[in-house]
Amino acid sequence: MKKILSGFFAVSLGCLSLPVFAAGDAVELPEQEWSFDGVFGTYDKASMQRGYQVYKNVCANCHSMDLVSFRNLVDLGYNEDEIKAFAAEYTVEDGPNDEGEMFERAALPSDRFVAPYPNEKAAAAVNNGKAPPDLSLMAKARVGGPDYIYALLTGYEDAPADVEVGNLTYNKYFPGHLISMSAPLFGDDVEYGDGTEATVEQMATDVSHFLMWAAEPKLEARKQTGVKVMIFLIIFTLIMYAAKRKAFAKVH
Amino acid sequence: MSFKSNNKVVQWVEDRLPIISVMHHSIYEYPMPKNLNYLWNFGSLAGFALVTMIVTGIILAMQYTAHVDLAFNSVERIMRDVNNGWLIRYIHMNMASFFFIAVYIHMFRGLYYGSYKAPRELLWQLGVVIFLLMMATAFMGYVLPWGQMSFWGATVITNLFSAIPIVGENIVTWLWGGFSVDNPTLNRFFALHYLLPFIIVAVVMLHLIALHTVSSNNPLGIDMKGPQDSLPMQPYYTIKDLFGVGVFLLAFSVFLFWAPNYMGHPDNYIPANPLSTPAHIVPEWYFLPFYAILRAIPDKLGGVLAMFGAIAVLFILPWLDRSPIRSCKFRPVARIFFWVFLLNGLALGYLGGQPAEGWYVIASRVATAYYFFHFLVMMPVILPMIERPRELPSSIHEAVMKS
Repeated sequence: MKKILSGFFAVSLGCLSLPVFAAGDAVELPEQEWSFDGVFGTYDKASMQRGYQVYKNVCANCHSMDLVSFRNLVDLGYNEDEIKAFAAEYTVEDGPNDEGEMFERAALPSDRFVAPYPNEKAAAAVNNGKAPPDLSLMAKARVGGPDYIYALLTGYEDAPADVEVGNLTYNKYFPGHLISMSAPLFGDDVEYGDGTEATVEQMATDVSHFLMWAAEPKLEARKQTGVKVMIFLIIFTLIMYAAKRKAFAKVH
Repeated sequence: MSFKSNNKVVQWVEDRLPIISVMHHSIYEYPMPKNLNYLWNFGSLAGFALVTMIVTGIILAMQYTAHVDLAFNSVERIMRDVNNGWLIRYIHMNMASFFFIAVYIHMFRGLYYGSYKAPRELLWQLGVVIFLLMMATAFMGYVLPWGQMSFWGATVITNLFSAIPIVGENIVTWLWGGFSVDNPTLNRFFALHYLLPFIIVAVVMLHLIALHTVSSNNPLGIDMKGPQDSLPMQPYYTIKDLFGVGVFLLAFSVFLFWAPNYMGHPDNYIPANPLSTPAHIVPEWYFLPFYAILRAIPDKLGGVLAMFGAIAVLFILPWLDRSPIRSCKFRPVARIFFWVFLLNGLALGYLGGQPAEGWYVIASRVATAYYFFHFLVMMPVILPMIERPRELPSSIHEAVMKS
């Protein structure tokens, strides 16, 4: 019986390891340490604020982030006035007003992040024919998630002699290596308010952290709920086990 | 049904509708073999998973929008703005996998202990019907978030029907409600994804009626001969099932709270784009063995037939296995080939997740051939020739006392 049970257990575990799909031309990604990893993982607000600064000044020139609103920035530790000020840096079209006219106004915390281009065609037209993808879910939409983003941002290097790059750029970690996005970070692209040195690695770490939050804003609530649920379930299961033992003790 | 109540209201209802005595009979005093092991927990766990899926699914349907332009963002709205929406959606996503885990273990338990043999043939076949309905439901559910894998999975699977001679193309157009996977497809998949679980509930009811008519099999595979062989369901197996639910939920919670996307595919967080095909289109893990069989056959129609044949063969399994002994405990040779079959199934699952190239193709063909060999040759022809079953104990009670 024990053998059979452990066999079935091995089978179910085996099934679970199956989704490690054929990655084909994937490259081994160096693993980073993130504060949001682990059982009690949480986001690092300082890192996210720096990451938002990088996103705002570098990424957002070409990439949209349609699923995130300015009001969500409260998760990064900003207060309401700061968020209003961030939003007010952008203008959005609203309307129609009572005269039936569309009009422009400063963005509000309730507005989504403002995209750099009016539509995908416009984005593609000025970016080498390939529209930069929306970044809202980037940290969940690629194998490796934040590790992949970090690797990609730091993976630009000279192409090997036998690779014809054309109007693309060589990147060690991009599947297929030839990416439309030229290297976005060079060092000191932003000046961090908290005095952290803005190296390429530091900025890549911070913006990956920020993008992970953008993709999975409920991660902290999820892990905290998980700990409580586990405590409940362990107690529940132990009681049920004791009750089961007691019931079956008299069975012969 | 010697049910009498002192409560006048209960007795009044009982005299007009014997619902209380039926419940009392079938979930209270219902006799079950006293030697069931923990593998017999997975039936109730599958039922638990089904109820969880229906409850979370109905809640999700209140927030979801079945339209090609809105579906993806409506799911993200659930994840971001709906109170505890992330929790409900992740439960629904991960419980789908755990439902299949429970059902696969339940099925392999049936295979090992011969739970499909007389008089349990219809019980087994109803189980296969549930399995088929589950697969259809899971497939259509995966399409609803309208990510890249949703769209391309739907395209690949619906295109299978084009392999049917003459009318194939027409059938595919009819399934799609147009000339490609598009809004009508998404809408009908949503309607059917909401409908099928309730049909599953109905078939589960039939499954349970059949079960209660023939009663549970047990690890010895011999019939209960009297009260000394059995225990009433309450309290023994209700409490054991609840303990099982606790362990099941513990394992489930590890995925739900710490790796909710582990069993999914990252590409499904990219909105569906009919103009851009993902590098590898892979179904959810629970379909991979059948996907491997599909791709193993070099002919499209042949592949489709083999894939459906792999399930159809389960329908006739009760008549393919000719041994009068149910439990592999007393079948020294069948027991070995059960494990070979199980490993072969796992191999098929692994191969289904790999690209169809190189040695993967050859291995898939060998594993596919073995899958059918096991059911069509090993069970009905070879095993009866070479196997000498061990002697059965005379009763469950006696066997339990001896151990």
